[in-house]
Amino acid sequence: MATLELTITEIEQMQARRLGPLCWMAVGWMTFMFAVAMFADVLPLPSPTDMDMLERRAPTSLQHWLGTDGLGRDELARLIFGARVSLVVGLCAPVIGLTFGGALGMLAGYFRGRFETLVVGSMDVLLAFPPLILALAVIAYLGQSLVNLTCILGVLGIPAFMRVARASTLTLARREFVIAAQALGATHARILLRELLPNVMLPLLAFFLLSVAVTIVVEGALSFLGLGVPPPASSWGSMIGEGRESLEVAPRLAFMPAIAMFLTVLSFNLVGDTLRALTDPRQGAL
Amino acid sequence: MPGFVARRLLYLLPVLVAVSMLTFLVASLLPGDLAYVILGDQATPEKVEALRHDMGLDQPVWWRYFGWLGHVLQGDFGRSFRTGQTVLQAVAERLPVSFELMILAEVVGLATGVPLAIVCAARSGGAFDRLMTGTAFGMLSLPTFLSAILLIYLFAVELRWLPATGYVPFAEDPVGNLRFFVLPALTLALAEWPGIMRVLRSDMIATLQEDYIALAKAKGLKASRILFVHALKPSSLTLVTIAGINIGRLIGGALIVETIFALPGIGRLLVGAIYTRDLIILQGVVLLVAAGFVVMNFIVDLLYAVLDPRIRHGHA
Amino acid sequence: MNDVALLTLEGVSVDLPTPRGNLRAVDGVDLTVGAGRTLGIVGESGCGKTMLSRAILQLLPKKAKHSGSVMFDGQDLLQLPPERLRKLRGRSLAVVFQDPMTSLNPVLTIGTQLIETLREHLELDLAAAEMRSVELLAAVSIPAPEQRLKQYPHQLSGGMRQRVAIAIALSCEPKLLIADEPTTALDVTIQAQILDLLVREQRRRHMAMILITHDLGVVAGRTDEVAVMYAGRVVERAPTPVLFKKMRMPYTEALLAAIPKIDAAPHTPLPAISGRPPDPTRPLRGCSFSPRCRYAARRCHQEKPALVEAESREHLYACFHPIETGAVAGA
Repeated sequence: MATLELTITEIEQMQARRLGPLCWMAVGWMTFMFAVAMFADVLPLPSPTDMDMLERRAPTSLQHWLGTDGLGRDELARLIFGARVSLVVGLCAPVIGLTFGGALGMLAGYFRGRFETLVVGSMDVLLAFPPLILALAVIAYLGQSLVNLTCILGVLGIPAFMRVARASTLTLARREFVIAAQALGATHARILLRELLPNVMLPLLAFFLLSVAVTIVVEGALSFLGLGVPPPASSWGSMIGEGRESLEVAPRLAFMPAIAMFLTVLSFNLVGDTLRALTDPRQGAL
Repeated sequence: MPGFVARRLLYLLPVLVAVSMLTFLVASLLPGDLAYVILGDQATPEKVEALRHDMGLDQPVWWRYFGWLGHVLQGDFGRSFRTGQTVLQAVAERLPVSFELMILAEVVGLATGVPLAIVCAARSGGAFDRLMTGTAFGMLSLPTFLSAILLIYLFAVELRWLPATGYVPFAEDPVGNLRFFVLPALTLALAEWPGIMRVLRSDMIATLQEDYIALAKAKGLKASRILFVHALKPSSLTLVTIAGINIGRLIGGALIVETIFALPGIGRLLVGAIYTRDLIILQGVVLLVAAGFVVMNFIVDLLYAVLDPRIRHGHA
Repeated sequence: MNDVALLTLEGVSVDLPTPRGNLRAVDGVDLTVGAGRTLGIVGESGCGKTMLSRAILQLLPKKAKHSGSVMFDGQDLLQLPPERLRKLRGRSLAVVFQDPMTSLNPVLTIGTQLIETLREHLELDLAAAEMRSVELLAAVSIPAPEQRLKQYPHQLSGGMRQRVAIAIALSCEPKLLIADEPTTALDVTIQAQILDLLVREQRRRHMAMILITHDLGVVAGRTDEVAVMYAGRVVERAPTPVLFKKMRMPYTEALLAAIPKIDAAPHTPLPAISGRPPDPTRPLRGCSFSPRCRYAARRCHQEKPALVEAESREHLYACFHPIETGAVAGA
């Protein structure tokens, strides 16, 4: 009876593993955003900071493809340069989490013992804070800047990456290929780098993508409140915050960056989730 | 059961101490700033030095930490130099608002997420299930402040059914109070229900594969009884976990929502303190919120033991 | 004892779609069980016996396709609307599963799980249902039954849990009880007690019973008739004493030989049946047992044997090279 039940769930797993068209669309959007943000300087756009007080909140025109905002700045240019800021923070902060959290997690899961208790305990303390509160507090004390923002968001991500890395390492460290390497006299460093790292990398990568989505949202929320990226730089979040004042007159000023952000976050979530389903089938359906 | 509670409490205390240390550490990063900020325009090097000495800011960090901790344990969190209110007064005024918001949001989120999860689990793989799962996934990618903007635009600007900002205490005007809370609570609930639905659905699908469900069917019990009593109860543990994890996100979300909808809650107090650089309030509020969060998690742990008799009796 | 068959299975087949192809779990099974009679179904794991019991109960997995007819008490269960089927289950048709640790709900009390069945089918009020539950627990020899009502499954031993499961199954006086490997998950010392309890209750209530097991020794002396299943088909069927004395299928002979004998010399190797059951997604052209059968000949590999009568109408077997009659060791 047990074997028969298993074969039925096999069908469902196989269906989940196909990379659906939705996933490819998400990848397409992500690539498009990247390209646009990277080549923003080269594109034939008006400057995002040029204010044209005579053309405030102007609708779509040949000069301004998506109109202008409350200060007469070209909306399309602002969207694209905003993408750049959002994506830079969105990508760099999780890299911090990935590097430090991933390293800590792997070391904790490999060496175990008191080191592990120490690491897990201190991460628990960090997790004891509602993350947004801590981010706000640190920004309030250290001041608003792009670097500060990226660093604090990165640090906030460390516990989560640590957990993923540690969980992976714990299961892998018991497997034969690790024991075999140890029997052959390999040093710890070699085992960690050559044997464990390539395998732990996969779930970490999936988590990284999901983390990017979260970071874009958190940065967006902070900038929306005016507490994120400082002017004159603006991200999608600050654009939405500014657009809020014009909701009655020109709702597109809030909705266009909102749609851009939503689609980007959705894409990262889709690809990250699919990747996670592929690399860790036990948790796939979540 | 008392042994269980005692053990969890023992774990709680070091965490609270560590939380207080971290809060203070963050606050003490730039001690010079505090004096400058307080004096504002009137800052001269001599005045700053004098104020720093007065406030004890030139003492070593650990000395200041214990001083502060001592005050805190006596209930003195400090006084805002802008409004003159003590931190505790400010927090006490605003706590009910934040509570009301979070409770309403959680209730709406559960009222939406739980029934949907049950229906989707019972008909898993069907069209409705796929639609709901897809929608939930989409909603998870919708940040709180975006839903807020969307709802404000829809209901306040276009349809003009509900107010965008404002607040009146419940005691004064219950109906008016609830009217002001509809959009904020709905915004937060939109972020809550997908998480609840997905996790509960997943857990219930697993539960529905168990042998005891097959036996319940073989006993000829009604489908409603099987779903709500036999399947939901074992999965309720997951529900509590999710509600517990959500508290952290709920607090952060409440912060944004209070600011957007101008509700005088703790979140708004915090954000306001940042805008006005009122660092004493900031420090006190952060500590209180973090401590509250730790205590909430502790209560969630206790709920586990209540819900699953196996944990109570020490079996896995 | 009457001759009217309570349960008649005709041409029952169960197909399951899998990624590797169609899986025929049950292949054209015909069986009858008379009222008050016991049928034993014996076979290795994966031979389809559990799927067969699920087919009788109409509790197959969603993707399964079943065909044939299952006549119970004059009604064809495959045609019944779901609501009528639900009323039959637990009332006229009851089941005991293999592992009481997983078949009883761990977060509900024993009392709840007993009472809900009683209240659903017999419409008793709470007090009457509680009293009846205590009576049932006492009938299955559980000490201190009143206290047990408030306990949870994990607080009882394995044997007691299975007794509770039996009490639940018997609670509404079913006409047919299906016991699917009721003792496999239990200690050897408890197994005989549970089996005897089942047989005792069956005789007392004149209840029909299907006893499913992989151990031929379990059905000896406890069942009226035995059906041996292999790879989804019934390969031999006979009244119990006839089967043991005059078995024809080499598979049945091998099953019997695999039972450890108490009077065998120490360190006698257990004659296990070599090889493994066939892959159900790739049915063989010939007899399913032929790869493992020591009497197999060419015809066995190429044609599927049909069920034919042996010395009487009641003894059927499917084999081209049956063992000749004569007492087989260990009967």
